[in-house]
Amino acid sequence: MTDTNSPSPSRRSLLGWGGAGLALGAAAAGGAVAMARTEDDTEPAGSAIAFHGPHQAGIATPVQDRLHFAAFDVTTDDREAFVQLLKDWTAAARRMTAGHAVGEGAFGGLAEAPPDDTGEALGLKPSRLTLTIGFGPSLFEKFDLADRRPEALVDLPKFAGDNLDKNRSGGDLCIQACADDPQVAVHAVRNLARIGFGKVVIKWSQLGFGKTSSTTPEAQTPRNLMGFKDGTRNIAGTETDRLKKFVWVDEKDEPAWMAGGSYLVARRIRMHIETWDRTSLQEQEDIFGRDKGEGAPVGKAKERDEPFLKAMKPDAHVRLAHPDTNHGATILRRGYSFTDGTDGLGRLDAGLFFLAYQRDVRKGFIPIQRSLATDALNEYIQHVGSALFAVPPGVRDKDDWWGRTLFSKEA
Amino acid sequence: MRPARPASVVIAAAAALAAVTGCTEKSDAKDGDHVINVTATDDKCQVSKKEFPAGHIELAVENKGSKVTEVYVLFPDDRVVTERENIGPGTKQRVTAEVKAGDYQIACKPGMKGDGIRQAVKATGGKAVQRDPRLDKAVAAYRAYAQAQADETLPKAEAFAEAVKDGDLEAAKKAYAPSRIGWERTEPVAESFGDIDPKVDVREDGLEDGQDPATDWTGWHRLEKALWQDKKIGDREKDLADLLIKDLKDWQNRVGKAEITPTSMANGAKELLDEVATGKVTGEEERYSHTDLVDFKANVEGARKSYDLLKPVAKENDAALVTELDEQFAALDKLLDQYRPNPTSYDFTSYDKVGKADRKELSDAVNALAEPLSKLAAAVVK
Repeated sequence: MTDTNSPSPSRRSLLGWGGAGLALGAAAAGGAVAMARTEDDTEPAGSAIAFHGPHQAGIATPVQDRLHFAAFDVTTDDREAFVQLLKDWTAAARRMTAGHAVGEGAFGGLAEAPPDDTGEALGLKPSRLTLTIGFGPSLFEKFDLADRRPEALVDLPKFAGDNLDKNRSGGDLCIQACADDPQVAVHAVRNLARIGFGKVVIKWSQLGFGKTSSTTPEAQTPRNLMGFKDGTRNIAGTETDRLKKFVWVDEKDEPAWMAGGSYLVARRIRMHIETWDRTSLQEQEDIFGRDKGEGAPVGKAKERDEPFLKAMKPDAHVRLAHPDTNHGATILRRGYSFTDGTDGLGRLDAGLFFLAYQRDVRKGFIPIQRSLATDALNEYIQHVGSALFAVPPGVRDKDDWWGRTLFSKEA
Repeated sequence: MRPARPASVVIAAAAALAAVTGCTEKSDAKDGDHVINVTATDDKCQVSKKEFPAGHIELAVENKGSKVTEVYVLFPDDRVVTERENIGPGTKQRVTAEVKAGDYQIACKPGMKGDGIRQAVKATGGKAVQRDPRLDKAVAAYRAYAQAQADETLPKAEAFAEAVKDGDLEAAKKAYAPSRIGWERTEPVAESFGDIDPKVDVREDGLEDGQDPATDWTGWHRLEKALWQDKKIGDREKDLADLLIKDLKDWQNRVGKAEITPTSMANGAKELLDEVATGKVTGEEERYSHTDLVDFKANVEGARKSYDLLKPVAKENDAALVTELDEQFAALDKLLDQYRPNPTSYDFTSYDKVGKADRKELSDAVNALAEPLSKLAAAVVK
């Protein structure tokens, strides 16, 4: 079904004139990246981010406020059925990111049958929903894909302090749903999971709020749950050169099917919120290497002043994580805060759901995380979940689908 | 039995099974032929016409009385075609249904009590629903199946009741799960008689507000608790065993008269999987005896029966769906077989011995089947 002559109820049609102003807002917020993405007939009148393009949306596009991340295991051993699922998912993602309901919609169909769409996003704006798919190392053990597994898709080494729960780690594939409205993000994952029943099962999932890094540096730098600004020097969506160098897999890289893609590290980082809150301001600032109010590096006045790393304590977080300490290692961060209630001991089960994109984890996350072995922050955090995914290139047009370059003979 | 289901939901379920098709108010068309104005007062139930063409009808109800009322469309034997509750004084409501040619009654119930004020009406010729004869055959076969399940269940339930009355704890425990299989296979039909299910298959947490477990909790699960948790049989339990048989005989007498349609069969199959997904996979249903996998298997068998009967028609309309369902039924059966040493026996692993990862695997398999099964009704009526 094409989107233009669809009879389904669409959120776009419900927007009316209100959508026009939002479109302007989206263009402004989206900046050059959103504008540069391929236009197609799903381009909505509302605040939507284009689904089609050389790279998947949800990486360098402006970071939204909310996240629903889901890792799936594949349960079918039928390659054709799995490829069909990827096509069905792509079609559904194309519709949802444009603010449309899935399939035939959420109402108006046969009274005896459940509607195609679950309906809770009806009437809501597209909310800059992005859906991003990634393939985990374990997927390549299936469907005779072993020889297509990228060398960069390593098994992550054990890092100091890791206390990983296997029920919050790994997964054959993942869907990252980001939106400005949590209901829109939850709706997207719920509908994809529903389409996937019988072929994939959700292994674990994570809700996130309050982005902790920004890809739009003109906006205010967000704060993490420790109260510190996070992502001051993150790669901006407009920094074409840095994106090319550090985030997008190049055509010269191997394997060819990953060109235009990226690698995603997802880490559930629990924060010991209560002990952190009892830590003196001086110690908090020493640990980060920046002040709490302004976010300025030690000895500097402004957030964006160039940090002088040697002025920081040797175990300061910023010092250890900085590219200069790590032979230039640079990643694009897209993490979110999370709070999953309490842990049974009366402590907040809260922290940072860390998401980082890079061209090669061996030159990105791994050296940085190794460097952080002596991080003073480690006393207050613990990595409890971990996963790595190869994020394929973008869906080019309405005939393209997620993972085509991996599963097709050509490319 | 789902947990804590209010009575109104049970009635709604009965209505869904009874109507030819569901009755959502999806159409705004005001085709005069099909609209029947119903004016309800505290002592009258006036209808604008007593004859109308079969097919879609719409009741435009206005409550001009002083009491909250409800309006029913009933078959001659009082089975519900459709109903609408809680129509307040001075308010209007629309109720839609699809009816075949035949005699019906419209009832208004001021104060929502009693048999109501009745009006005889007739649906004539017109657009009588043309049904695929194969579907009629499927319905007839399913009706026979439901009756056979009740007939075969009674002796097993009586054996269970006898063991309880003999005070034989071990024999009663042994007879418990087998006595439920026929019921579990046809649960949606059994539940369509809204009054039987709460008597025989309710769990303690399913009692309604104000009901006292000591006096109002009856049926299988009350006895289950006595046998496995309290580990004793007293006079109360013996009385309850008799009562269970009485209520199951009521079921046996009525099951053949249940209004069954191809879509209610299809959705009934899905509902059986829902029962598994919400009650059995969690271990809530048989929390004392841990015989959940027996119910689980019976629910799946009942769903399978319904599906098999509808399959020839479904296959014509949606071959891919049938392929998927065959595959998922087989996968779930295979998985369940891992929990019984003998594939012809209903001696399943005690559910408290099934670990968390295995329960997730079972749950995943149920979801994998239930999702496509929810599309069966559409494939049948296409």
